[in-house]
Amino acid sequence: MSDQPAQPPPSSAPSPQPLLKVRDLRVSFTTATGVVDAVRGANLTVYPGQSVAIVGESGSGKSTTAHAVINLLPGTGRVSGGSILFDGRELVGASPKTFVGVRGKEIGLVPQDPMTNLNPVWSIGFQVREALRANGFEGSRREADARVAELLSEAGLPDAARRAKQYPHEFSGGMRQRALIAIGLAARPRLLIADEPTSALDVTVQRRILDHLEALTAELGTAVLFITHDLGLAAERAEHLVVMYRGQVVESGPSKQILAAPQHAYTQRLVSAAPSLASRRIQSAKERGTRATDLLAVTRGDGISEERGELMRVEHLTKEFVIRGATRSAKTLRAVDDVSFTVTRGTTLALVGESGSGKSTVANIMLNLLQPTSGVIWFEGTDLRTLDPRAEFAFRRRVQPIFQNPYGSLDPMYSIFRTLEEPLRVHRVGDARSRRARVRELLDMVAMPASTLRRFPNELSGGQRQRIAVARALALEPDVIVCDEAVSALDVLVQAQILTLLNDLQTELGLTYLFITHDLAVVRQIADEVVVMRNGQVVEHATTDAVFDQPTQEYTRELLSAIPGASLDIFGAA
Amino acid sequence: MTTDPTPPGPVARPDQEHQVAPPDVVTLGEVDAVDETEAPASLWVEAWRELRRRVLFWVSAAIIVLVVLVALFPGLFARQDPRYCVLTRSLGGPEAGHPFGFDFQGCDIYARTIFGAQASVTVGVLTTLLVAILGTAVGALAGFYGGWFDTVLSRVTDIFFAVPLVLAAVMVMSIFRANRNVLTVVLVLGVFGWPQIARIARGAVMGVKNADFVTAARSLGASRFATLVRHLIPNALAPIIVTATVALGTFIVAEATLSFLGIGLPSTTVSWGGDISTAQGQLRVAPHVLFYPAGALALTVLGFIMMGDAVRDALDPKARKR
Repeated sequence: MSDQPAQPPPSSAPSPQPLLKVRDLRVSFTTATGVVDAVRGANLTVYPGQSVAIVGESGSGKSTTAHAVINLLPGTGRVSGGSILFDGRELVGASPKTFVGVRGKEIGLVPQDPMTNLNPVWSIGFQVREALRANGFEGSRREADARVAELLSEAGLPDAARRAKQYPHEFSGGMRQRALIAIGLAARPRLLIADEPTSALDVTVQRRILDHLEALTAELGTAVLFITHDLGLAAERAEHLVVMYRGQVVESGPSKQILAAPQHAYTQRLVSAAPSLASRRIQSAKERGTRATDLLAVTRGDGISEERGELMRVEHLTKEFVIRGATRSAKTLRAVDDVSFTVTRGTTLALVGESGSGKSTVANIMLNLLQPTSGVIWFEGTDLRTLDPRAEFAFRRRVQPIFQNPYGSLDPMYSIFRTLEEPLRVHRVGDARSRRARVRELLDMVAMPASTLRRFPNELSGGQRQRIAVARALALEPDVIVCDEAVSALDVLVQAQILTLLNDLQTELGLTYLFITHDLAVVRQIADEVVVMRNGQVVEHATTDAVFDQPTQEYTRELLSAIPGASLDIFGAA
Repeated sequence: MTTDPTPPGPVARPDQEHQVAPPDVVTLGEVDAVDETEAPASLWVEAWRELRRRVLFWVSAAIIVLVVLVALFPGLFARQDPRYCVLTRSLGGPEAGHPFGFDFQGCDIYARTIFGAQASVTVGVLTTLLVAILGTAVGALAGFYGGWFDTVLSRVTDIFFAVPLVLAAVMVMSIFRANRNVLTVVLVLGVFGWPQIARIARGAVMGVKNADFVTAARSLGASRFATLVRHLIPNALAPIIVTATVALGTFIVAEATLSFLGIGLPSTTVSWGGDISTAQGQLRVAPHVLFYPAGALALTVLGFIMMGDAVRDALDPKARKR
């Protein structure tokens, strides 16, 4: 059964009969406060062998729509109207038994998070075999094992027979995602729903996996329904785009057309904000035409004629961690290996690398939260190692961090006022009254209304929390702000908003940013200089323009070409 | 629907033309607009909203309020002196003005039940407070500082944990034979009762120790100890409060057990435990003598345990029904 090849021949002469036809779909959730409509009248059509992408921000209803198709809505969600025709059969109101037959066998699913979607107590092989058996594979154990190995190697896992005996914790994120793809395609479904299949992975891994998935589904003739927040990725991987916003489809059509000529206001906003499609640095009101490279030499225009000199210098920085293994012998891991660079006052230096490249370790050492194994960090000519407690307290005032996770960076028990007042109180700045005034000023800087003061973090969205985190970092008027993946967890539009805010604040206050990120697309928008790191070492260090226009290292080129949408050439000038 | 003229592809695919929703159907909001209409809320405000809807909470709150009132002002509920006993009435049944009847010594059971509340509730509340403070301090320090400090404190906790509460209390209380009173009972129960809270506090502190807001506070220049007191302990408080509320009931029971064994409160102090202890001799002849103090004890413990349950559900977002 599962061995049978897919019926429709790939790509050539697609049949006019749609494989999946969703019409006027409505999905509602029952909550304590009443019924909430998550999807309101969505339309969607997928033809056999075609790839279609649903694009939208979190909460737009894109995942809900896809999960409604296979009747896997979470919690109290239910389809309250419309029709879902799969291969001519109505799925709305179908019996649970029908869905058991459809799921896996006819519609496969590759879930979002490879870290939690494999059961840690069963081997990979067991989990693939389970998918086979659930969909009517009736061969012997030996045949099943052979088939499992075949599926895994097809998904791009080398040495599959041996790998099948391993457990999820022995796999990297990319390998787990390949295993999930093998499970999704185990019963040769005609439609594969890929829910943010690679958003948790490094860009280069993401690219390899998507390339592989594309080749594999083309070969099998499987139609793919992508769900993604990344417009660039969607346009690159799918022929047809469906843009969703607040539970409704606002625009749909051929990918190229939507990117080149977005019609709906929301799509236009999305296209102009997508970092993977942006081609230049965000310009603040003050910069007006000056190029980022010129800025390095120019004195500030606000009267304080200040040299754009060196502010921080990192010299031969090395950090080793001791890892305790199963045996008693302790191994050392060199997370940062002889890293040197300088940070110029009033500019943004981006530290780019994939997970495990040591970029966050460098950031923590520069924040003086971690001691280096060897090497020196100079801050305005002072060696950070020589700071006495008093000098360290003063240093803290001048270098402030902003973290990645907007949900973890604010104390949930502190009101916004208390959060913003804390730095002032710790450093005994002013009296209660002047602190109150300063907090209001800070809120104003990040464009948050004064009514926010009495609120608690759990009432704010991720982007709003991140704005509060920016305000807290600014409270003590620091010179340097270390942004550790500060916008990585945010939706595209919110991300653009925060980046613009950071950029405006930089020109206004003469701030220096150290921007730690894995996302090269963001780097192009905000950075003046780029340091590319890999395995703890600096691979390339140049101005942003130089890195993007003439990357000298193979690794940098690989990173650049892995930016989703990099291959698309639709915009001359944005 | 406005349809864009699509350049004809290789094969025309119905429903896949470039389609745009009319702008008036979807109103485009401000990017990440701040909702200013909702009233500000916090963990505690939301917990209160959640609690308000629960029958379990109201029932347990009614019991606790009643018990506390009785403990504070027993004179309002009973006119009789619990120590005024007339032997001729020994084991007598209920009569006018004495609804519960009389015990072996001929004392009014209703009055003794009412006046006994004070000792039991005082022991329960004070022990819980002592245990919460001691346990939170030890657990939070161990969880926060880690390393050998944690190892030592955790092993000490384990040693205390291994000794059964009542058994340890029995041994220590027998030393205090001469001057037993409410405070000695509280002290002894407190000294052996804290390990559970310490474990909970340690886990809760370790859970939030690596949160970004803690690093943020440190990089503001806040000292380690200030971070512990201002950020970590408030965030670890919810599970501690829940465990403490449930433990309150068990401390009342422990006091009753000690008094029952004759080494808790002195016989001159009216307490439920003491009364249960003396009543057991006449269990077959006059079960009602046992029934009332035991019933009051059970009701009080039930009240606190139910309150603990309700508070846990309200404070734990995962258990919250939405």
